[in-house]
Amino acid sequence: MAMSAPFYKYGMFGDEMSLVLAFVIGIGFGFFLERAGFGNARKLAAQFYLYDMSVFKVMFTAIVTALLGVTYLGWIGFLDLSQVYLVPTHLGPQLLGGLVLGIGFVVGGYCPGTSVAALATGRFDALVYAFGIFAGTILYAEVFPRIKGLVNADAMGQVTLPEVLNVPWGMLVFAVVLIAVCGFAAATWIEGRTGTGR
Amino acid sequence: MSSAPDRPGIVTPTKGRPYMNPYLAGIGLGLVLLAAFVLMGRGLGASGAFSSTASWVIDSAAPAHAAANEYYQGYIGDGSSHPLKAWLVFEVIGVAAGALLSGLLAGRVGFAVEKGPRAPTALRLACAFAGGGIMAFGAHLARGCTSGQALTGGALLNVGSWAFMIMVFVGGYAAAWFMRWQWR
Repeated sequence: MAMSAPFYKYGMFGDEMSLVLAFVIGIGFGFFLERAGFGNARKLAAQFYLYDMSVFKVMFTAIVTALLGVTYLGWIGFLDLSQVYLVPTHLGPQLLGGLVLGIGFVVGGYCPGTSVAALATGRFDALVYAFGIFAGTILYAEVFPRIKGLVNADAMGQVTLPEVLNVPWGMLVFAVVLIAVCGFAAATWIEGRTGTGR
Repeated sequence: MSSAPDRPGIVTPTKGRPYMNPYLAGIGLGLVLLAAFVLMGRGLGASGAFSSTASWVIDSAAPAHAAANEYYQGYIGDGSSHPLKAWLVFEVIGVAAGALLSGLLAGRVGFAVEKGPRAPTALRLACAFAGGGIMAFGAHLARGCTSGQALTGGALLNVGSWAFMIMVFVGGYAAAWFMRWQWR
């Protein structure tokens, strides 16, 4: 089969159509976020108190589903994975950013995407949170010229784990699936032992 | 796979039908992500839409200030296209529409402030604002948030995304003890 995806990168439609698809894909994204209960800060925060591990379960199920999908579509020659955009790796800033973001998650109760799902369904705390993101973004923009060196440190380019660890792609997919399945079992076991968390 | 009675901590909505089984919701989310890869050659995101909007607001309110700042310029561009005419802005408008649709179908839409039973509303809202601000810094340092980095990059075995994701959980669990009054 001749490579034909990603459709946008292969010129099947233009920029205007890509914005229409952005809206349609967003609808699917928001729909499942709300279905999962991620429009509710109590549900999200519960992950960090161990009595409801839905954040881990939903996230890793989604990762495994999409990972198996791209792997299969790549193997049959339908999807050109080299054309799928990878955010460049900057290890130091990304480790630090993850730590800061994790703290913000517990303090604020949402992440940017889930806050949109929550404010769309009437959660006032999510609206306040979204204003917090705007304030933080503007503050960041103002200090950006001074911290640019830090943000751009550790440039490793667009790299995947199989490349860095020098193991076959399929082996790493298998490892992720195994970790996820064991993680799901562990998460459910933990949920049964933490009561209501009160 | 449903919320069995031996797990009483599973969070349920204050009103409306219970949430979807997490594995089914995860499969749905994964298929949406896969569709984005196949159709667009890119994944999902959220924080970028906030960046575009913030840059547009500053550019509208103080154009000289925005023009002198490298960060805003990156989102405003050369003026040939409106700053809000960005893929993530349209995607996030879709997120709001999709969440509203799901919420309406399940009877879960309504004015509320989500918090634990002991948290005063004013403090909860102050934390929501502060948390959003902290989150914005983290997402910028990491070049993406939970959707753009953890979810999207996780499914592409991106090195930085996995490093980021592990640290999100580390940060969350580290801060959880100090925030337990807000949620428990």
